[in-house]
Amino acid sequence: MTVLERPATSLLPEPEPYRVLGTSAEPEPGLWTRLYRELVRGRRFNEQTTALTRQGRLAVYPSSTGQEACQVGAALSLGPRDWLFPSYRDTLAAVARGLDPVAALGLLRGDWHTGYDPRAHRIAPLCTPLATQLPHAVGLARAARLRGDDTVALALVGDGGTSEGDFHEALNFAAVWRAPVVFLVQNNRYAISVPLSRQTAAPSIAHKGVGYGMPGRLVDGMDAPAVHRVLTEALARARAGEGPTLVEARTYRFDAHTNADDAGRYREEAEVADWRARDPLTLLGSELRARGLLTGDVEEEAAQAAERLAAGLRAALGADPPLSAADLFAHVYASPTPQLREQAASLAEVTR
Amino acid sequence: MISMAGALNLALRDAMAADPAVHLLGEDIGTLGGVFRVTDGLAAEFGEDRCTDTPLAEAGILGTATGMAMYGLRPVVEMQFDAFAYPAFEQLVSHVSRMRNRTRGALPLPLTVRIPYGGGIGGVEHHSDSSETYYMATPGLHVATPATVTDAYGLLRQAIASDDPVVFLEPKRLYWAKDELRPDAPPFGQAVLRRPGRDATLLTYGPALTVCLEAAEAARSRGFDLGVLDLRTLVPFDDETVCAEVRRTGRAVVVHEATGFAGPGAEIAARVTERCFHHLAAPVLRVTGFDIPYPPPMLERHHLPDVDRVLDAVTRLQWEEA
Repeated sequence: MTVLERPATSLLPEPEPYRVLGTSAEPEPGLWTRLYRELVRGRRFNEQTTALTRQGRLAVYPSSTGQEACQVGAALSLGPRDWLFPSYRDTLAAVARGLDPVAALGLLRGDWHTGYDPRAHRIAPLCTPLATQLPHAVGLARAARLRGDDTVALALVGDGGTSEGDFHEALNFAAVWRAPVVFLVQNNRYAISVPLSRQTAAPSIAHKGVGYGMPGRLVDGMDAPAVHRVLTEALARARAGEGPTLVEARTYRFDAHTNADDAGRYREEAEVADWRARDPLTLLGSELRARGLLTGDVEEEAAQAAERLAAGLRAALGADPPLSAADLFAHVYASPTPQLREQAASLAEVTR
Repeated sequence: MISMAGALNLALRDAMAADPAVHLLGEDIGTLGGVFRVTDGLAAEFGEDRCTDTPLAEAGILGTATGMAMYGLRPVVEMQFDAFAYPAFEQLVSHVSRMRNRTRGALPLPLTVRIPYGGGIGGVEHHSDSSETYYMATPGLHVATPATVTDAYGLLRQAIASDDPVVFLEPKRLYWAKDELRPDAPPFGQAVLRRPGRDATLLTYGPALTVCLEAAEAARSRGFDLGVLDLRTLVPFDDETVCAEVRRTGRAVVVHEATGFAGPGAEIAARVTERCFHHLAAPVLRVTGFDIPYPPPMLERHHLPDVDRVLDAVTRLQWEEA
């Protein structure tokens, strides 16, 4: 598609982040209470997993506290045949999509790199090297279209990840191929400690879409219905064969990068407090209450679901996982090379 | 008679005809047919969705091919030259090689990365690297390199049919060498004795096979009967055949173009020494590219192992004590 066919201005993001909460938008009670329930559950998941990490039950946990609207909004916008491509901070998105939480935490617990079958759940392995999963999402989306399936891929990345070459190459391939893929950038303003101003001089991350020939959308990442709406529109657009969309969600990580990080070295307490005042859980909860949509039953049910999730995590992660050194050699190739068979045998010999 | 490029082209055509999941991706592989013409005619025959000119970005090519393989396709990627494959290295190391292992076998990655490699064609900088060491050192990858027309066809068909990722290294200076194409290429992991010999064994692969066969012929007039073993796949490595040959002759020289320090020859010499020590009459020697960045074309003949350097190594195999 040439510039003449599609003026650059039609690709520009909205000037201010798109919002639903606090606007005159028509409420969607069913969806909003579902989002609320998942936010409550998600917050509890983040807090319980962080606590278990402090107790040594996980190797590390990059919490998405504060970013739950993005995590939940992304998960709930997907259809059953769609694929999710999460980064290491997106465990909650996988859980909100329905993946068993203990399986989702396999990487961070450290008993194996990926604790689930990606094809069965249509969730790619949690990806640690930044932005490297984005081209996978593009290729998978293209493959689905070549096969005649209506599958769409949703790829998650952070603001720091947009500096990586793979971000550029993925967006470029996606646009050239008009691949059915949506990129969600969770802009939480810091790549560990380095602020966004050191990552990019672009007017916004969403503006970068224009250079690739795809629309950029800007959304309030603390507003779960807004995130859900923008992603649902972008996914529908992709499914209809109209190509990829770049979505930037403005959000904030309430906690440090991981349990091993000290955010006090690079963030002012006042800034954190300002963002905590826009807690996605509180924002949606208040709006639901103001509109009389949050009944005691819904609150009670959400709290119970969250506690069930937390109790399940404590029980499962409190026990030691079954481990076998023989597994180290079993899956490197479809069948082990003679060299790997030798090494497995020699390890078995000394550990006998 | 068919050239190696022709045999590779035929292997791709037959693989695409046999399996609709096979998709080719690369730079200039469509309309042009590839800079070495290995994909000639395939876009016309199978359509541009099956033989696709991608944007010019190697990490993007391999990264998107990875996603296609995750969906069940069987991509074959062409890297235009050895040194142009380096941008794709992270995808290869961090994802392609690990996907099966990290998912306990749930997500195999049937993907072939074709890379024209090696020197001897008068290429300017970045067109002549022997990069096999990097790939050999990456668990999860198979590394194959044909030296004959029959292996070019047979090993490429096997690579594409494999459920594991294969780095397929094509010796570009042999692209136009012609020979009979036989249908009986042995499987991956099996070295083949190209010339039997009693006195010493030359262990080699890819572009250096021709050099070793010439050296073995030249050695006859000096009274040496040299065997030449073609490794064919570096991963899996055929310890059994290699060691059987070396035990028989008691002497071995490893010959390759890649740099010597921590190169394939270092691993091979160590393996042979560990397994055949009491059969060896001399240390295993290496004739390799020097430990320098690949030289400019007017100097490359000094860098590439040639008949004289191979024969010099053979004469240093402690014959006086024999």
